[in-house]
Amino acid sequence: MAVVFKKTRGLTDIPTHYCPGCTHGIVHRLVGEALEELGVLDIAIGVAPVGCAVLAYKYFNCDMHEAAHGRAPAVATGIKRVLPDNFVFTYQGDGDLASIGTAEIVHAAHRGEKISTIFINNAIYGMTGGQMAPTTLVGQKATTAPQGRDEAHCGKPIRISEMLATIDGAKFVERVTVTTPAHVRKAKKAIKECFKTQIEGKGFGIVEVLSTCPTNWGLTPEEALRWLEDNMIPYYPLGNFRRPEEVE
Amino acid sequence: MAKVLMKGNEAIGAAAIKAGCKYFFGYPITPQSELPEYMARELPKVGGVFLQAESEIAAINMVYGAAGAGARVMTSSSSPGISLKQEGISYLAGAELPCLIVNIMRGGPGLGGIQPSQTDYFQATRGGGNGDYRLVVLAPANIQELADLVIEGFDIADQYRNPVMILGDGMIGQMMEPVEFKVPKKRELPEKDWATTGTLGKRKPNIINSLYLAAEELEEHNKKLQAKYDEIRRKEVKVESYNIEDADVVIAAYGTTSRIVRTAIAKLEREGYKVGLIRPITLWPYPYDEFNKINDNCKGVLTVEMNAGQMVDDVKIAVEGRFPVYFYGRTGGMVPTPDEIVGKVKEIYGGEK
Repeated sequence: MAVVFKKTRGLTDIPTHYCPGCTHGIVHRLVGEALEELGVLDIAIGVAPVGCAVLAYKYFNCDMHEAAHGRAPAVATGIKRVLPDNFVFTYQGDGDLASIGTAEIVHAAHRGEKISTIFINNAIYGMTGGQMAPTTLVGQKATTAPQGRDEAHCGKPIRISEMLATIDGAKFVERVTVTTPAHVRKAKKAIKECFKTQIEGKGFGIVEVLSTCPTNWGLTPEEALRWLEDNMIPYYPLGNFRRPEEVE
Repeated sequence: MAKVLMKGNEAIGAAAIKAGCKYFFGYPITPQSELPEYMARELPKVGGVFLQAESEIAAINMVYGAAGAGARVMTSSSSPGISLKQEGISYLAGAELPCLIVNIMRGGPGLGGIQPSQTDYFQATRGGGNGDYRLVVLAPANIQELADLVIEGFDIADQYRNPVMILGDGMIGQMMEPVEFKVPKKRELPEKDWATTGTLGKRKPNIINSLYLAAEELEEHNKKLQAKYDEIRRKEVKVESYNIEDADVVIAAYGTTSRIVRTAIAKLEREGYKVGLIRPITLWPYPYDEFNKINDNCKGVLTVEMNAGQMVDDVKIAVEGRFPVYFYGRTGGMVPTPDEIVGKVKEIYGGEK
């Protein structure tokens, strides 16, 4: 019988702990496939964050390093400077990257660190149980914003891709989502292009993936996909913000 | 190799390179900046990398990554900067990664000052980060010993897969003395087969990690760490003593303070006083047993430090109530003078002889 589809070698066989309907699983698969298809899986070192993806070191089938909250880009920098010919990536959520780790991500991009970052933006702290993130939308309820995010009290959500696109060292910046098969295909293309930016020695790359958190949003998986499209995409527009050729 | 005259901070860099350290991640802070400056100049010449991080937090996490990748790596800072590094130090200890961390101490708390101090004894020996972990803490008293301990420190770190800290006061960093760079006694160092260097499709993935969500697993991990610390306690204590079998008063002091104490002891001896010295070189593991060698007629043990009396706790643990324990110290970057120490010893004697 002809095999038309099989699980990528980029992932281990360990079942993930993610909630039903969470899009982490899709993104993990895309990252695993990209590593395998670009031929870098066996020289890859991934850096896992603190947050829902804290156990990512069990799921990616390559060497992994578990970082402290927000510090993945610094850890990845240390690895890449020692092993410049290896492939080094971080996988981080919005609490990790956009809050406690802003200094690390900004300066890794600023140095043009030859690493790749997958940034999961689901507008909430998932692992700790639904607290407000810097990416939480105005009016969106969270356990630490019970009345909804109040702009006067804590500002508007931060747009990481737009911010990083202002930094010269960030050679590839794109925001994608995975709410439909078409979006999934575009996301994979962006992830591969981002990884190539590192492989070709051009500098720092990041793909921001708008993701769902049905559990903490209090929605069914399908409702969550629609909520993302109706609420997150208008504030976080999809698209490419930077490609290496545009920078040069 | 002939001796060269070097400043302490630069001697640390030269010793580290001699030890095969090729990676330095740091952030500027007085009074240790000559060290990163030296590394920025010298590491590229040996094919290494010096990188100035955006913060001490980032620097220690770069060390965490580089150590995980199997490199000999170091960072340095001074007191407030070392406070910032505690998160990464705890992770390094938890994930059992070797590295060298240099703290050239200045006065505190808070921003404190920039003058020499020994005010981070508690932080270094009790653990400034979270969790039950230990650092090997080395306290050199001169530039030659500083160079020797830096070189040996990398070996100790690799042997036990544990961070090692050089704890020097500002004077150690700033003073100049002749120094030569010697290869230490050879240790059997384990292969770094745990490092994240890419599987190359030949082995299962390596994982650098300090997370154990199951309580049973985390307890097992802690038991393994404690067994390692016990082995370090048995094998790695370093101490220098003087005249403790005969002394009426024994002084405990480390780092450059021990040198001032020696001057005071020489002066006291000329006046007929019998004063001994215990100088811990490893502050952890602490040389508790050395205090058992103090003669029974000793009137007391005087701890002298450039802080408000942090090593006093260890001295009290060591003497177990056998002798009264006294303290003399200066803080804020003030340095005790030999005469002040002489005065304190005479006080313990009950006045002039």
